[in-house]
Amino acid sequence: MSAVRRPAGRPRSAVLSRYPVLVALAVGALFMVLPFLIVAVNAVKSPAEYSAGGPLSLPDGLYLDGLKDFWERVDFGQKLLNSVLISGSVAVLAVVLSVLNAYAIGIGRIRGRAWVLAFFVLANTLPQEALVYPVYHLSKEAGLYDTRLSVVIVFTVIQAAFGTYLLAAVLGRFPREIVDAARIDGANAWQVLWRIVVPVSRPTLGVLLVFFFVWTWNEFLLPLVMLISNDNQTVSVALGVLQGQRLMDATMTNAAALLGVLPAIVFFLVFQRTLTRGIAVGAVK
Amino acid sequence: MTVTVERGGRAVRRKRDPHRPRRPRRSRDPYALFLLPGALAFLAVVVVPFLMNTGVSFTEWQGVGTPRWTGLANYRELLDDSEFWASFRHSLLMVVAMAVVPTAVGLVLAAALFDFVGRHFGTRTASVLRACFYLPQVLPIAVAGIVWSWILAPENGALNELLSVLHLGSWQRDWLGDPDLALYSVMGVMVWVQLGFPLVVFMAGLQRVDPQLHEAAELDGAGWWRRFRHVTLPQIRPEIHVVLLWCTIAALKVFGAVYVLTKGGPGGATEVPSYFSFTTFFEKTQVGYGAAVSTVLTVIILALAVAGLRWQTRVEDAEEGVAR
Repeated sequence: MSAVRRPAGRPRSAVLSRYPVLVALAVGALFMVLPFLIVAVNAVKSPAEYSAGGPLSLPDGLYLDGLKDFWERVDFGQKLLNSVLISGSVAVLAVVLSVLNAYAIGIGRIRGRAWVLAFFVLANTLPQEALVYPVYHLSKEAGLYDTRLSVVIVFTVIQAAFGTYLLAAVLGRFPREIVDAARIDGANAWQVLWRIVVPVSRPTLGVLLVFFFVWTWNEFLLPLVMLISNDNQTVSVALGVLQGQRLMDATMTNAAALLGVLPAIVFFLVFQRTLTRGIAVGAVK
Repeated sequence: MTVTVERGGRAVRRKRDPHRPRRPRRSRDPYALFLLPGALAFLAVVVVPFLMNTGVSFTEWQGVGTPRWTGLANYRELLDDSEFWASFRHSLLMVVAMAVVPTAVGLVLAAALFDFVGRHFGTRTASVLRACFYLPQVLPIAVAGIVWSWILAPENGALNELLSVLHLGSWQRDWLGDPDLALYSVMGVMVWVQLGFPLVVFMAGLQRVDPQLHEAAELDGAGWWRRFRHVTLPQIRPEIHVVLLWCTIAALKVFGAVYVLTKGGPGGATEVPSYFSFTTFFEKTQVGYGAAVSTVLTVIILALAVAGLRWQTRVEDAEEGVAR
């Protein structure tokens, strides 16, 4: 790559060839969102309309009773509350745990940090299948089985494995001088962490918070095993179990799907920038 | 602000203690304390359960009572278990559906969106399209499963209905219920789920690529495809490595989609290792055997992760050596 800046005289590609590519990409994009559209259309049809027109007809009007029925039948409000509680607690606790770990590794430069970091990376790739039975067994012995707390504890640790790995790299490049200066001014390690390192790294911590929330929201295997009573189940588990039982008719399936999709779309719209930017950060480091 | 603090700090330090080394040795110890909560939590949630699982894999255990030591019996049994081998064969196909195809398609899409749509139609159009491709990624897999098992349903399913509208009624199938088709249907769903991840990572990577490289290549008369192969691909190689490794591991772990779409059926046609170990644990309650399955899966994933990470650091070191 030469350092000489060439005059930017880029030859224009033929106009004719431009639109087919755009159209092809747009068709692809449409295919990706089509399932969402079909679900939304069918969730607002009445059963009679559905059996008359099939899944591809447009609804005559808004029929919201299917959604309401489903909401009440599965006590969806409770499931939403459980998901918010679990994902929210995990997000906050896992960020705190990641910060503590990464502070010791990235800024404290503790001895053997390469090994400690390697441990967290491997813990992060470990399949949950290799933990699920002992976790299930131990939580029964500890009286934590079928409690939201058990899921919060497990996912705090699992998410913190990734958080530590990412944050240790970020904090490893934290300007040393700031930390040293504060230490010399008499701040102890604890004060340096909360008054300097955390405020300066706030953008990265925000990304992690969002990630942990969405990831925990979407988790399936461990919550499926740990949360068996209806009152404790998350949205993912409740919908997955319902689907697995094959008891839902078409209208109910679509109501379930729409109610499951909506929070995801809300996250997506709210966090889209953070998510896409954050993934880029996570991937390259 | 950085500069002031830095200078102030140095000045103060010099005044107070001129003989002190730059980083006091003593400061190592208090930091180790910060690792304590993390260490304890990981011990309880990851290390102990993992060791227990590995230990149990050498025993016969129904989940209650005392496990009976059987040595390698479970592993020997695995070697002769056709269900076990089938589940790993299906895993390989999942790697194709979740790592190979999304990476390849994601690369072409990312390049097309970034330097074609982005340049000719504006970055706004490109990011709207990117958002559409990314949307399935934020969806809980359980919900994606509900959506697709309804679309692929044999009676009244949207896909079969669409085929009949298009007068392609003879193409209608029981997409998830036909043992010859079910795995391919699940693979198709997984491509849909996974595609957004490589796309977003690659588009972010392309922003690092110096636009002058493209302009130079274009001036030299290189067409889009040649620029893609000789400029774009080499530039975002680190992203390709990460995405391939990450997606391969995710593919080996796939569970939720199989649980919701097919429950491993029909007749084991979509059995994957994680689902196999799940049913062995919780339905057949052959805990020892299930632990052996999950241990094999773990060994494969950890070996991949270690190999992938070492390779990645080696390549990165080499590239940094050249760049700096």
